Amino acid sequence: MKSLQGEKEVLLQESGILTAKLQRRSFLQYAGAGVAGVALVAAGCKKDKSIPGLDTGVDLGSGDPGILNYAYALEQLEGAFYDAVVKSPYTGIPANELALLTDIRDHELAHREFFKKALGTGAIVNLTVDFSSINFADRTSVLTTAKTFEDLGVSAYNGAGKLLKTAKYLEVAGKIVSVEARHAALIRDLISNGSFADLTAVDANGLDGALTPIQVLTKAKAFIKTAINASNLPTS
Amino acid sequence: MNIINILEEIEKVDGEVYERLNPRRAAMKSFYGFGSKVALAALPMALGSMFKKAYGQTTNGVIDVLNFALTLEYIEYNFYQTGINTAGLIPAGTPAVGAINTIRDHELAHVNLLKGAITASGGTPVSFTAASFDFTAKGNFPTVFSDYPTFLAVAQVFEDTGVRAYKGQAGNLMSSPSVLQTALQIHSVEARHASHIRQMRKAPAGGGLTSLKPWITGANDSGVAAAAASYAGEDNVTQLDINIPGLGFSVNASTEAFDEPLGKDQVLAIASLFIK
Repeated sequence: MKSLQGEKEVLLQESGILTAKLQRRSFLQYAGAGVAGVALVAAGCKKDKSIPGLDTGVDLGSGDPGILNYAYALEQLEGAFYDAVVKSPYTGIPANELALLTDIRDHELAHREFFKKALGTGAIVNLTVDFSSINFADRTSVLTTAKTFEDLGVSAYNGAGKLLKTAKYLEVAGKIVSVEARHAALIRDLISNGSFADLTAVDANGLDGALTPIQVLTKAKAFIKTAINASNLPTS
Repeated sequence: MNIINILEEIEKVDGEVYERLNPRRAAMKSFYGFGSKVALAALPMALGSMFKKAYGQTTNGVIDVLNFALTLEYIEYNFYQTGINTAGLIPAGTPAVGAINTIRDHELAHVNLLKGAITASGGTPVSFTAASFDFTAKGNFPTVFSDYPTFLAVAQVFEDTGVRAYKGQAGNLMSSPSVLQTALQIHSVEARHASHIRQMRKAPAGGGLTSLKPWITGANDSGVAAAAASYAGEDNVTQLDINIPGLGFSVNASTEAFDEPLGKDQVLAIASLFIK
């Protein structure tokens, strides 16, 4: 825990350097101020741009619209999943569980339709899902998949927030992620009461997961037939 | 990160970078040697403290947000710790004990994380003890530590308010991406807590509120009239100028699907009820 905390502090320091401080004083008074920042990043980190398996197909796009399309893709996946669950509930489902899963279905579809509307003509096409690995008649199969999707959704929004440049988009992403976290906790409690935020979800520093779009899409790929090109998404 | 490259790039636009740094040139030479041996993770830290000396870094806006968050985490941590220390409050031998301990542990971890972050950023963390707080909220909840359903009701309000408070600060952290991400990672944990506490209140021992959901329906669904300020505006159904019911969803689903933020002043007004 001690060392993890040290690492967090390091991250905080690092962020301060690369943003607030460098934009302030003397060396940025030179003409190449903005360029210097870019050069810094370029000099400091060598990024590998190739993303095997996520570099061809439906292009999510770049900048903030790219991140919104990324969220839209994930909401499409979740919406399709819960739609299937509610249309064909697992064997012996109690009424209260069906009611909760129906609520979640409605939330995910609301997120999906919201992103579609917000993106307008910039929205990606409807993705084709692959749920062949899920046994919709079996409670464990359904809830285990739901847990995967919800935890992944939380980590996805947590990791993508800092990639957004527009405050109003960050705010709306924040409005959605806590609802996904409420879902995640509920699904986990349905599987095992008390596992809503155990060490498989929340680390010793009390932090939920955060993953990059590439990490998330790599995990989500197993459930999506449509090829996705994520190579134009912002990475910082 | 290649620290040597970074320093060389800076030197191109600021020839005096090494003079600004303390330790100066002589020490920098040993730093070059040091850089090749030390663990990669330690480099940004070393670089951070160097820049702080060279350019007089202050990030007051971010530190203010972190201290605000720390205040809320102190309230939550001391609330759960007091509850755990109160014999007979949390039903012994039930899953509730484990759940409250888990949540308490997270709040303490958040306290420690935020204290560390504030100190590392050159700020001074605010400080509170259990004696700093009045969990009856000036007499609004006189049985908070003697009546288990009341304890859970206050817990729910704390968690839902915490989610809204972090959400309201995200925009103020955009200049510090890593701080923003850490705040988001705390934010969703508070939402997990809120979800579970709401489930605990549904159980007979917790109050038997069977209509309560893990998500917030409409405005104040807590069943606690005194908590109205903590839920103000949760019944909003418009996102980015898009009317969500207009997309074909019920008003309830439209409010549940999006949690709303609270501003700092709103949160401090709520928090002040609990601070002596």
